Amino acid sequence: MTAPMIDIKHHLTDNLLMAYSAGTLPEGFNLVVATHISFCDECRAHMHEFDAVGGAIMAAEDPIAMSDNSFSATLDLIENSDVLTPFRHISSGSFPTPLQEYVGGDLDAVKWRKVGGGVRQAILKTDKSTSVRLLHIPAGAAVPDHGHRGTELTLVLQGAFSDKTDSFYKGDIEVATEDLNHQPIAEMGEDCICLAATDAPLRFNSLIPRLLQPFLQI
Amino acid sequence: MITNTSLFILPGAPAALRSYGVPKASGAKRPITFDLKEVNVTPRTKPDRLAWVNHLALIRDQKDRAAFAEVFVHFAPRVKAFLMKSGTSPDMAEEVAQDVMATLWRKAHLFDPTKASVSTWIFTIARNRRIDILRKQRRPEPEDMTWGPVSEPDQVDVLALQQDSAKLSEALADLPHKQKDLIVRAYYGELTHSEIAEATGLPLGTIKSRIRLALNRLRHQMK
Repeated sequence: MTAPMIDIKHHLTDNLLMAYSAGTLPEGFNLVVATHISFCDECRAHMHEFDAVGGAIMAAEDPIAMSDNSFSATLDLIENSDVLTPFRHISSGSFPTPLQEYVGGDLDAVKWRKVGGGVRQAILKTDKSTSVRLLHIPAGAAVPDHGHRGTELTLVLQGAFSDKTDSFYKGDIEVATEDLNHQPIAEMGEDCICLAATDAPLRFNSLIPRLLQPFLQI
Repeated sequence: MITNTSLFILPGAPAALRSYGVPKASGAKRPITFDLKEVNVTPRTKPDRLAWVNHLALIRDQKDRAAFAEVFVHFAPRVKAFLMKSGTSPDMAEEVAQDVMATLWRKAHLFDPTKASVSTWIFTIARNRRIDILRKQRRPEPEDMTWGPVSEPDQVDVLALQQDSAKLSEALADLPHKQKDLIVRAYYGELTHSEIAEATGLPLGTIKSRIRLALNRLRHQMK
């Protein structure tokens, strides 16, 4: 994940970044945001900037007195819990560290399952507020046409896909909301691997995927 | 032992900052044992941002209790206030604020003054603790950049970032009430991401370009 950075055209939105900084995003979206930022200096700078807004808000609070023994209690905490900061390595594989922590390894550790049309998926375990999956779409293949009841974040990890809005390459993120119906198609040349998170079930526009939906957990 | 930390703050900000660029400053003594409870917790005059950066260096390099006491007296009541405004009970806010300050002591070596002011760094610790403790949720962090905070920060970047942070604070304070209220409510956790309107008009330009410059330079140095 080290230099040089890839050329990224589709970035995170300000409201996602602000919510990430405020700590109010659902877990699955946090994962997609953290993975995108691992690829993207521009959004990383943006993240620091939104953290600075939080710092300014906190610094401007009218102080509320701490309890009388708070300082000595804090010193006790320091003396009695000498926790070492866990060392967090820099990924040398295909996936950035935050994603590897959810997969339990790199690309070769993913446990894929077929979902039809040559497409494979792997559900990543998060809390119930979002549904998160890795998608493997063969070059030239399509994900069924669908709409959204909430927000869907799709981050390209390998290859590229296109829908009616644009083309998305490695590191690009598509933020789809209720007003978008689309049918992502993997570009020719290389299979496309994406990280996708939704906070509401998708709305498939044809019968078969709709019938399969409970089994696909999508 | 009561240390007057003003002795460490040389006239002029860059000199004070220099201590953060040199992890083991010559003459910096690291006491082997100490009784943390001897510290005087009387509030002092409010140091500026660069002085807080210097305090963090003293905590990191010398385990300086007096510097820590000053940071505690200034920031802990603000962390507590922020947490209470975010819907945390007073008791829990007190507990988390103590935990945040203990984390600051333990992780002082991870503070990077080219990326954040001390208040921003404390905010991120408080936010993470709030998610861990109160929401019992995970918040994955981006991969670290290959250079860690161990690299000596460029003093120009430190100074510029700290100044820009001050400007950002002023600009936020000057925002029209309605806009400021929306932003503050977002940080208190009262708005979901879809309720946060696109935050146009936020005075973020300066600090953004400054951080970007610093990142570019560091990335270039890594090649």
